[in-house]
Amino acid sequence: MTEGRLHSIETMGLVDGPGIRTVFFLQGCPLRCTYCHNPDSQTMFSKKQITPEEVVKTALRYKPYYKRSGGGVTFSGGEPLLQGEFLVETLKLLKEAGINTAIDTSGYGDERYYKEILKLVDVVILDIKHFNNEGYKSITGKSKQRFNKFLSYLDDFHGTIWLRHVMVPSITDNKESIYSLFNEISYLADKIDRFEILPYHRLGIEKYEALNMEYKLKDVPEMDKKKAKEYENLINRLLDKERERTKITKEII
Amino acid sequence: MKQWEGFKNGNWSKEVNVREFIQLNYTPYEGDDNFLAEATERTKNLWDKAEKMVEKEILNKEIEICTKSFSGISNHEPGYLDKDNELIVGFQTDKPLKRIVNPYGGYRMVKNSLDAYGAEMDDTLEKYFKEFRKTHNDGVFDAYTEDMRKARTVGLLTGLPDAYGRGRIIGDYRRVALYGTDFLKAEKIKDKENIKGLATEEIIRLREEVSEQIRALDEIKSMAADYGFDISGPAKNAQEAVQFLYFGYLAAIKENNGAAMSLGRNTSFLDIYIERDLQNGTLTEEQAQELIDQFVIKLRLARHLRTPDYNELFAGDPNWITESIGGMGEDGRTLVTKSAFRFLHTLTTLSPAPEPNMTVLWSVNLPEGFKEYCAKMSIKTGSIQYENDDLMRPIYGDDYAIACCVSAMRVGKEMQFFGARANLGKALLYAINGTVDEMKKNKDGSLIQIFDDIERIDDEILDYDKVMKNYTKVIEELAVLYVDTMNTIHYMHDKYAYEKGQMALHDTSVHKYMAFGVAGLSIVADSLSAIKYAKVKPIRDENGIAINFEIEGDFPKYGNDDDRVDQIAVDLVTQFMNELRKTPTYKDAEHTLSVLTITSNVVYGKKTGSTPDGRQKGEPFAPGANPMHGRDETGALASLNSVAKLPYDNVCKDGISNTFSIVPSTLGNNEEDRITNLVGIMDGYFDQEAFHLNVNVLDRELLIDAMNNPAKYPTLTIRVSGYAVHFNRLTKEQQLEVISRTFHERI
Repeated sequence: MTEGRLHSIETMGLVDGPGIRTVFFLQGCPLRCTYCHNPDSQTMFSKKQITPEEVVKTALRYKPYYKRSGGGVTFSGGEPLLQGEFLVETLKLLKEAGINTAIDTSGYGDERYYKEILKLVDVVILDIKHFNNEGYKSITGKSKQRFNKFLSYLDDFHGTIWLRHVMVPSITDNKESIYSLFNEISYLADKIDRFEILPYHRLGIEKYEALNMEYKLKDVPEMDKKKAKEYENLINRLLDKERERTKITKEII
Repeated sequence: MKQWEGFKNGNWSKEVNVREFIQLNYTPYEGDDNFLAEATERTKNLWDKAEKMVEKEILNKEIEICTKSFSGISNHEPGYLDKDNELIVGFQTDKPLKRIVNPYGGYRMVKNSLDAYGAEMDDTLEKYFKEFRKTHNDGVFDAYTEDMRKARTVGLLTGLPDAYGRGRIIGDYRRVALYGTDFLKAEKIKDKENIKGLATEEIIRLREEVSEQIRALDEIKSMAADYGFDISGPAKNAQEAVQFLYFGYLAAIKENNGAAMSLGRNTSFLDIYIERDLQNGTLTEEQAQELIDQFVIKLRLARHLRTPDYNELFAGDPNWITESIGGMGEDGRTLVTKSAFRFLHTLTTLSPAPEPNMTVLWSVNLPEGFKEYCAKMSIKTGSIQYENDDLMRPIYGDDYAIACCVSAMRVGKEMQFFGARANLGKALLYAINGTVDEMKKNKDGSLIQIFDDIERIDDEILDYDKVMKNYTKVIEELAVLYVDTMNTIHYMHDKYAYEKGQMALHDTSVHKYMAFGVAGLSIVADSLSAIKYAKVKPIRDENGIAINFEIEGDFPKYGNDDDRVDQIAVDLVTQFMNELRKTPTYKDAEHTLSVLTITSNVVYGKKTGSTPDGRQKGEPFAPGANPMHGRDETGALASLNSVAKLPYDNVCKDGISNTFSIVPSTLGNNEEDRITNLVGIMDGYFDQEAFHLNVNVLDRELLIDAMNNPAKYPTLTIRVSGYAVHFNRLTKEQQLEVISRTFHERI
């Protein structure tokens, strides 16, 4: 029997995909993002396991909340794509139970399962750490190559995409970065439901102390929420325009 | 009749039947909030004046008291705030915020209150009142048994209405507007003549009560006449409808200082008059809003004289002027009208405030526009509570209202005898300690024992079955004592402080509830779960009393949607209700039960020793039916699901209160998402037959700042269990407790 490594469950996920979501945080992540606010979910060792059946059983308890809000189950992490086999099996069962599904991912997982996962899942929430390899590496400690690989699979994805980017002062809080981010994903505009700019905050800092880990962004201030919102509006305007453009192009053709 | 022109006639035209009048004449509204008008200049000026007075009252903690006369429907001269700008008139005394002295509940309470504020009652009045008049409180203590006094002293039964007005009675104030007092009086005279049969105690009492009611109707009429209004006949337009209805309510709060003086369910009723005037062209939307705004200003200025102790228990100056809004009709049409919106809109035309206690009767079938508007206003103001209309309508029909926080009753047809609550946390400790109180001792230092036939448990590790067996015995005896105590209280309240004005606005034959309550449900559920699933070792003092507990191992905790412990909570309330039913009640009232503490969870906690769930001596209980804070491991909806399992119909029929606080950014990333999510949460929660949800949308940091800088937040309103309060009026202890409650938040 396939079991998932579980970090925790949040029954009231309201910012984790459309509507009200039951969020299963899976344990283990290959990235070591400097601003990660869940460092306790990075290690591959997990005390809790969960079976696909248990996921469905829990989710069914929250179905009344999904109904009106268009909610469902979200797999977050950690990096859910690391647990491909478990994910495929669970997504299948959830689909049979008529439950909407989402994965909240950095696009850094086990490629063998991408195709099947993307066939089953309704929403992909993808975190873009940086638009170039150098920046990506300095934030995550890893090369951007595997992320690009996952991105290429989204060409054939028929569901909804939410994109996210954590904006850290002095790293991407400028217009040029927004344009670069946009250029990277503009070809997916039709599938992108929203692009969220998450302002960097320091609320996770105590967890680092508790885990005896070094917090690398000690000297970086929190991102101004208003400014982040302005950048978010900007990139969403760009996406709107892009959608409008492709619509017209399609009509002409 | 001229005043009824344009209304569809029915039986209501010949006999008192407000529900039928509404059903035949109201206009359901399925749209959104776009039609709403802003406050007029006149209202703004008036509210500005009123708000300054309120702010001053809160910050200076000074109050004015009328010491020249006692409470009564027409005992005070008319009062005004700004006569020329008041569309709706009437204050309890000759000045806004000046409080009435009501001695009938008990003179000691009055004396303490007066002393606390440095006031003195008129000598002659005080002298003769004390000489010639016995009070409710005197009566109760004449008839209390030793056990009742003991249970009260140790805090096993707390908040009993034995020294003040019981409240929780809702007059059908709409009757004054629809019929005028003369018709109501004629009906009561007929009713009295029709009380046939031998002059048994019951019949004599009823005849006397109806005579009192008839007298009250004359007094209401004369009080209105003092303000220049003739309310002997029906109201002829919207302004009169609001004014007459308010006179009915004003009479109630002049005569009584009951804990909860609720308003009923008035928006669909008033909407009929407003619609008629709008159609006639005699009223504009702006004027319609103005009427409601001015009505609400009056409600916000209602005051009662209470002791500082009382305020410590209930946080500030609550009146529970609960207005029930929305819901669905039995025929499937919504009872939401434009005036439901107008009423909620006062939270923006004026400002957010605790009163009136806005209570939305939620149904999954409510119009979407209304649901979204409610959610929007909750997010913006934190001043609304929600109760499940789909659960109540099959029981009470579609013309019921909420008294106080969560008590449903048919308007004008049912009333309740308010019964405070029993401390289940203490009951559990009694099961372990052989009913010896773990905190309170007699003046000579000897132990206080409540019941004498329950043996102390001396085991090193508590055994679940043994504890349950003892607990059951405690509950059996407690239930009898509790019902007997309540019977005593309400017998005396009827005798010495009968609410004649409110009862005049009821049918003569009224169904009665006796509303019992419990506090500490989550603590007992968790304690029993700990005893069952972990190892609990009592630490005993020199008298063998368990004063603390060591817990070894983990155990399921209420608030995680875990049936192992949630079922314990369900069993606890069911068991208690079953026991209560075994003892007959005064006036054959129907036994009901609530899980509601308001803010008294703090005081209950203070009086209760450490409990086997790990809660330390003196620490607050969780409010109402809430899980203890910090014990939910999987977030808010699991916690809501646990509470939703508590049975309403037949068990906790007097309401199950749940308070929910969420941080705005956790509710969604933009306003639209937040509204959708909040509506989704309520639909999901109530769909599972949950009963009540208090919604706060705010940051903990904001509350901490408000605690430290009260002047910055003069009117910050938050919802506690069952009603709303000005945060500044909470005691420091209560503020800290509210701040420590679970704020659902994601980082």
